[in-house]
Amino acid sequence: MKKIEAIIQPFKLDEVKEALKGIGIDGMTILEVRGHGRQKGHKEVYRGQEYNVDLLPKVKIEMVVSSERSDEVVRTLASAARTGKIGDGKIFVYDVAEAIRIRNDDRGESAL
Amino acid sequence: MTVKTLFALLLPASSAALFAQTTPDLQSRLTAVEAAAKSAQSAGDNAWMLVSAALVLMMTGPGLALFYGGLVRRKNVLGTMMHSFILMAVVTVLWALVGYSLAFGGSGHVIGNFQFAFLNGVGSAPNTDYAPTIPQTTFMVYQLMFAIITPALISGAFAERMKFSAMLLFTVLWTLVVYFPMAHMVWGKGGLLNAFGGGEIPCFDFAGGTVVHITSGVSALVCAIYLGKRLGYPHAPMKPHNLVISFIGACLLWVGWFGFNAGSALAASGLASSAFAATHFGAAAATLAWLAAEWIHSGKPSVLGGISGCVAGLVAITPASGFVKPLPAMAIGAAAGIVCYLMVTRIKPMFGYDDALDAFGVHGMGGTLGAILTGVFATSAINDGLKDAAGKVQPLGLVDGNARQVLNQIIGAGISWVLAVVGTLVILKVVDMVVGLRVSREEEVQGLDTSMHNEEGYIFES
Repeated sequence: MKKIEAIIQPFKLDEVKEALKGIGIDGMTILEVRGHGRQKGHKEVYRGQEYNVDLLPKVKIEMVVSSERSDEVVRTLASAARTGKIGDGKIFVYDVAEAIRIRNDDRGESAL
Repeated sequence: MTVKTLFALLLPASSAALFAQTTPDLQSRLTAVEAAAKSAQSAGDNAWMLVSAALVLMMTGPGLALFYGGLVRRKNVLGTMMHSFILMAVVTVLWALVGYSLAFGGSGHVIGNFQFAFLNGVGSAPNTDYAPTIPQTTFMVYQLMFAIITPALISGAFAERMKFSAMLLFTVLWTLVVYFPMAHMVWGKGGLLNAFGGGEIPCFDFAGGTVVHITSGVSALVCAIYLGKRLGYPHAPMKPHNLVISFIGACLLWVGWFGFNAGSALAASGLASSAFAATHFGAAAATLAWLAAEWIHSGKPSVLGGISGCVAGLVAITPASGFVKPLPAMAIGAAAGIVCYLMVTRIKPMFGYDDALDAFGVHGMGGTLGAILTGVFATSAINDGLKDAAGKVQPLGLVDGNARQVLNQIIGAGISWVLAVVGTLVILKVVDMVVGLRVSREEEVQGLDTSMHNEEGYIFES
């Protein structure tokens, strides 16, 4: 099993969700986060007082999928989230030791 | 309607004999018609003045409360709104006890007397010294709304760091020591600066440039310097937490200001219309001027710039509103937009004081500029209220050829500055000794909402 974490532009969330649904991925967790990579922030001015805003709003998607599906999910996600501009975000893939469904104690991939 | 035209209307085309016969009856009918005309004028004036009073109260709550509330950080939104709202209650009580009487009782040079203390003798009969066509109660509540907003304006300077108890004590003392005397000097019968009430130094202040904006703005500067900077200023981010509510507040101020300025005619008269127009044109020009200055200077026109500009223009046009034509009103507004913009964005940072919401930059500067420019643009073509002993209308400002008036305005503004600085300093010392002015470091970091009031402005989880 693999855990896929993707940090994307907030306005791309709907497209990404639709694309993942299209390949049969139903479960995911969404977090509203702030951060920056190489993308620079922007300047705000309030009555002459300048502020540099470098932590920008992003959306983080977390999901766990079977190892075989991992590459396909990553490809789909990346192409749906891509604009080609700086600030599109990153995807990280981790190994997962165990998954448990709380309702009935299913284990492993059947819990996904 | 003159008595002659009434005669013409009432008198049928009849013989002189018939006229002689019906005279006693006609006389009583005439008296009745005159009384009806008087009561109709009173009804019209009173309706407008009651609406104006409500409009001026709307400027404090919600207007100023929203405007200031949006400009502070999220943790201080309720504390800041409370600074405006609580005065709607505190000053009202003070007004009933002694305030109205100290401002408008008697005919002293500097302050009123206790003639109307506890609102004694204030009823539906007009006070002919001030507003002969409306009940004195209307005049009294209308003036009360000015006394409420003035100390509320100061709260922009000490926002985010003053104890609630200190703020209450400060504003009660300030209203007594600074506002009531200033209101009496400028508007009260026999007041030192009252041009229309026999003042030695005749000053023109239609709706409160010296009384409201200079006193509050200058006192704000003293408060900002005396209290010191907010923790972390100017390095820590102190962005306005909600410009949307500030925007709503500023728009309510613009609308409410029609009651403030046009209402100061104290009647539903042509002068009220003139003041209404001057107010609106001044605000519009100031909005554009501030935005233009900002666009050129910093690259982008901001919403905060636009609403700050409109308030600066409304402040500056306040003393002039009942004396100037629409085009000079726009000139005054435009000047205020640029001067206040430079004050807030360039000059304040040079000095380093923390006038958190720019109460001095907008009200102190805009008020002073407006007071002086009133002396330039005031004209008897708009306001023919100033007459000599023979009843001849007197020239008003520089445009009427009365250059001396500019000096009078400067003296009037100067007296307002001195009273504000000295009064505020003394009161701050006293309040500091009695209850202490500033919240503790911990309380300031925590924010006034929880540390002073035990609540939060925004709870999205519940």
